[in-house]
Amino acid sequence: MREFKKGPRAVDGIDLEVHPGEIYGFLGPNGAGKSTTVHMLTTLLPPTAGTATVAGFDIVREGPQVRAAIGAALQEAALDPLLTGREHLRLQTTLQGLPRSERAARGNLLLERVGLSQAADRKVRGYSGGMKRRLDLALALVHSPRILFLDEPTTGLDPQSRSALWEEVRRLAKDDGVTVFLTTQYLEEADVLADRVGIIDHGRIVAEGTPGKLKAEVGRPTVEVVPADPDDRERAQAIIGRFGEPCAAAQGVAVRLATGEADLAEIVRALDAEGLRVENLQLHQPSLDDVFLTKTGRSLEGAGDEDDVAEPALEPA
Amino acid sequence: MTGSFGDQVTLLARRSVVRTARQPANVVFPLVFPLLLLAVNSSGLHSATRLPGFPTDSYLAFALAVPFMQGALFATMNAGTDLARDIQTGFLNRLALTPMRGVALLAGQLGGVMTMSLAQTAVWIGAGLIFGVRIASGVPGVLVLFVFSLLVALGFGALGAFLALRTGSGEAVQGMFPVFFVFLFISSMAMPRALIEIDWFRTAATLNPVSYLIECFRSLIITGWNAQALALGFGIALVIAAVAVALASVSLRSRLTRS
Repeated sequence: MREFKKGPRAVDGIDLEVHPGEIYGFLGPNGAGKSTTVHMLTTLLPPTAGTATVAGFDIVREGPQVRAAIGAALQEAALDPLLTGREHLRLQTTLQGLPRSERAARGNLLLERVGLSQAADRKVRGYSGGMKRRLDLALALVHSPRILFLDEPTTGLDPQSRSALWEEVRRLAKDDGVTVFLTTQYLEEADVLADRVGIIDHGRIVAEGTPGKLKAEVGRPTVEVVPADPDDRERAQAIIGRFGEPCAAAQGVAVRLATGEADLAEIVRALDAEGLRVENLQLHQPSLDDVFLTKTGRSLEGAGDEDDVAEPALEPA
Repeated sequence: MTGSFGDQVTLLARRSVVRTARQPANVVFPLVFPLLLLAVNSSGLHSATRLPGFPTDSYLAFALAVPFMQGALFATMNAGTDLARDIQTGFLNRLALTPMRGVALLAGQLGGVMTMSLAQTAVWIGAGLIFGVRIASGVPGVLVLFVFSLLVALGFGALGAFLALRTGSGEAVQGMFPVFFVFLFISSMAMPRALIEIDWFRTAATLNPVSYLIECFRSLIITGWNAQALALGFGIALVIAAVAVALASVSLRSRLTRS
């Protein structure tokens, strides 16, 4: 748990376990407590109550051992705009205590791995957002950590840079066996990248499991049909009603499928057999947003803005 | 597998110097502004040397001590704003996650400030020599000027670091600049204390520790070896450095809240 002098309880009795080698997605809106959790787990912020172990070490009593086992790329790419990428790696390899003879080679290897060899001698202030994030990741990997904390690593990145970073994170987990604790406010990121997801809201975990299991818990897929002629809405509802129970729809009529998406072809055939012209037909799979909606009554997208709650500044209480 | 303390300090000091060198405004203005002020004052106030009891007939030699102090004030700002930027950008958190010892960060930062101070001192002395100032204490005095400059830069740099660590804000550090400048102006910067006729000003200048730092620099330039000025200057500079380094160290410990 973490309380701040001014503001709400940022993290309120969360209980989670991350398995070695897995990518754990910590999903929540702005101000939910994700960064505070990461700061506590990386020993940068002492909890006001509770215990946690990282890599088997207590975060309060065994800070140095925890830090030796982890790498972290925090929310803002913490880089010095006046230094070059290579200078950052030289600094980091020295401060992480790598033997002098290995520092340059390790730096070059990581620069190559994140695709920054060509830009290594340019000042960081000329880097794009994606390049900064990749350098940030390289710096976090200098001492070959067993556990990697990534705090919203793709916020503000273009889709191409985001995909490249996802690929590198996957490779780290799969090939190097690195355990990844990833915070994100992007549903898609948690869905495609994480082996398991913990959803946090107002400092509490509201759901946890694999993305598939969480989505399955909130229900079956729905089909929405928008008839070409608005007068056909009742007919359309009657036809698709044979395949499941009615549910709310944005534009047309919709049903929650009784037996899953396998019925989709049957629905199309039934509509065609009845001669009903359809303007639009969509299959909606349950998303993590539906999970968040079910658990909190709000949509994840924009939830932080609605609450107008920012995560408190990370000052000690 | 912690890297050697020396390696850490050297690299952090190098980073501090490189950062300053790559910001032309942080190099040029701290050199140009004091030289301009020196030129203006030494031409405009030259007639002051005719006052009975004025210690030299060259106002340039008298005023040459001032750029040393102005350089120290700029060192305060540079050390403070650099460190504040590290806090604001999260770079300090990155450093906190390494096995780096906190004192290495402070030593590195101050080492960088002192290195820049060495370069500035060379410029002030060089400018003085070019325009005809004869250093009364000779070559050994020049060496002492360098040592004293380093000590003053250490103290004021640590003060800047303390402000940055305490507030975490570059703006707050820069906001203190006028306050430091007031200390400079109500000192014996422009006139020997004994010749200041306005009572409150003379009293303020006498109570102001900056006066004794300036007088220490000045004594080496225009008087030679003045034991009292040297003892007071070095004593006060040592106290400022010790207090400022202690305050900065304590603030760094609380800023690096890692467990």
